[in-house]
Amino acid sequence: MTELWIDALRILDGSLRLATPLILCAMAGLVSERAGVIDIGLEGKMLAAAFAAAAVASLTGSPWAGMAAALGVAVALALLHGFACITHRGEQIISGVAINILASGGTVVAGIALFRQGGQTPPLMAGERFRPIRLPGAEALADIPVLGPLYAELVSGHTLPVYLAVLSVPLIAWLLGRTTFGLRLRATGEMPLAVDSAGLSVAVIRYRAVVIAGLLCGLAGVFLSTAHGAGFVREMSAGKGFIALAAMIFGKWRPWPVFGACLLFGFLETAAARLQGVTLPLIGPAPVELILLLPYIATVVLLAGFFGRAVPPRALGVPYRKER
Amino acid sequence: MTPLPRWVELGLLPLANISLAFLVAGAVVALIGESPVEAMAVMLKGAFVYDGALGYTLYYTTNFMFTGLAVSVAFHAMLFNIGAEGEAAMGGLGAALVCIALDAVLPGLMVIPIAIAGAAAFGAAWAVVPGWLQARRGSHIVITTIMFNFIAAGVLVSLLSGPLMRAGQSSPQTRDFAEAARLPFLHDIARALGFPATATPLNLSFLIALLAAFGVWVLIWRTRWGYALRAVGHSEGAARYAGIPVPRMVVVAMAVSGALAGCMALNEILGAQGRLVLNFTSGYGFTGIAVALMGRNHPVGIFFAALLFGALYQGGAELDFEFQTITREMVVLIQGLIILFSGALALMFVPALARIFRARAQ
Repeated sequence: MTELWIDALRILDGSLRLATPLILCAMAGLVSERAGVIDIGLEGKMLAAAFAAAAVASLTGSPWAGMAAALGVAVALALLHGFACITHRGEQIISGVAINILASGGTVVAGIALFRQGGQTPPLMAGERFRPIRLPGAEALADIPVLGPLYAELVSGHTLPVYLAVLSVPLIAWLLGRTTFGLRLRATGEMPLAVDSAGLSVAVIRYRAVVIAGLLCGLAGVFLSTAHGAGFVREMSAGKGFIALAAMIFGKWRPWPVFGACLLFGFLETAAARLQGVTLPLIGPAPVELILLLPYIATVVLLAGFFGRAVPPRALGVPYRKER
Repeated sequence: MTPLPRWVELGLLPLANISLAFLVAGAVVALIGESPVEAMAVMLKGAFVYDGALGYTLYYTTNFMFTGLAVSVAFHAMLFNIGAEGEAAMGGLGAALVCIALDAVLPGLMVIPIAIAGAAAFGAAWAVVPGWLQARRGSHIVITTIMFNFIAAGVLVSLLSGPLMRAGQSSPQTRDFAEAARLPFLHDIARALGFPATATPLNLSFLIALLAAFGVWVLIWRTRWGYALRAVGHSEGAARYAGIPVPRMVVVAMAVSGALAGCMALNEILGAQGRLVLNFTSGYGFTGIAVALMGRNHPVGIFFAALLFGALYQGGAELDFEFQTITREMVVLIQGLIILFSGALALMFVPALARIFRARAQ
């Protein structure tokens, strides 16, 4: 029984870790889209940030300097997105595609120019990464039945970005749901004209939203290359930004349901990894590829309104033109 | 649309946008510590001068023409088909299934047309579902096509590592098609006609791509359907009021778009490879977005934009040999810059240009 419990906790622990970049990117997309700016550039911002974090951490020896660089790069890309979509009212989808491709090419170009290792950064030493944090008393309490292992296995022992990702959920929920800024941000995504009539600047609110999105994607990048991994590898974001987009839609643009969707998708990924090569009773060999495709299929089905309905913010993707 | 003279809008503005993209790329090369002029020369030589270079350039051009045309047809109805990548992958599956099933039974001359139809049909089917979901269920086509890209990739992985995998092999690819069921290489045709030619992957699908471009021009600008399609793109409300069945237009536009994207497999699978391999789409579907934007959704523009990207891809490979610090990924960066400046920021110069030309007009 104890062993089963510990096994279950380990799966949840793995799910949380794999869900971390999804949570951060999905929260980023949520803030941006609730303000009315489509963000399919989550993937690119995360990838560029992952490179910046690993490159600067490797050059300076400090993961904190890496984190600062990652946040800076991700926010710069977010501002570029804002400049194109908010200031110049460009197509938000095209701008997002451009950011993804720029990051995909730019990280390798910069990686080769800086390190000459085929686009990777050198492997990071222990001191150059964010290490797992052992919460106080994890060892001492581990022997307490049921709750002890829960604390030791699942709650304790994660890296800083994991805790920040989990914290980001109540923070974003509070920011959007309980503050004046959040009310205005949501109004900007639903009916910008009303915001404008109230004497507020739609552009300024949207810029703030994309910058918050940039910061969150930056953290996701930090997690990939300096906490979960030990260095940057080309294309290391591997479509996670798009799964986050799917989770954001699956959670219907609301923080807690989105968090749940991210955990679910993280769990599917963990399950698929565990079931690789395993033969299940009745089914035969585990359909690992199918399990990995479930997030995408589920999102398509949900969007089609076959169960539940995902309604995006009303002004999503529509540039705001101030009347003269 | 813009308060600019026609030649400025169609000539000067796109030129300014592209130049800006290349200027930024040049600045990046200079920042790395190499000479942008030298890099450009290496790429041009690699793309056009060396023996066989032009063949490779046109081979890449073929891919970009198909995906560029695919994106543009959807664009005319204001649909963003981000799914050319997945549709091309499915097109490859369609072509491969036909070849594997029939190449031992039928003569090559009969297999090839069926395989082409298979590629187009599978690509179209993969695009029709997102089109139908947008038209009838209101789900955003951008999101569904992105998801469909991943699903297509997953389907291909499971088929190529399972039922379609070549017997007695462990690499994820099908068996080779019969020689007669493949599209002939243009160098083979040239040699058969008595001209010497260097062997390149350039094959008959290049000519099919040119035909497709002409076909798209006729379809969009010379048919009633094309007129209706453009009407839907300009103003959905007006189109509906004029009695155009908008949902059906959306579905058919996506079918045509997907069929064109699926035909990219003609070049890679039926032509160059002669078997279905994993990841043969390698981003060409996304580059199609850049090609369509740069070519301003017109087949002639798309041809030249595809040629430019073909030259960039082939010339970019040359960078690997000539420089230590810049590689072919530079081309991906340039592609991103082009999408940024001639897509997302396409109207950035409009206010400034409008001021100049209004001042001159007065």
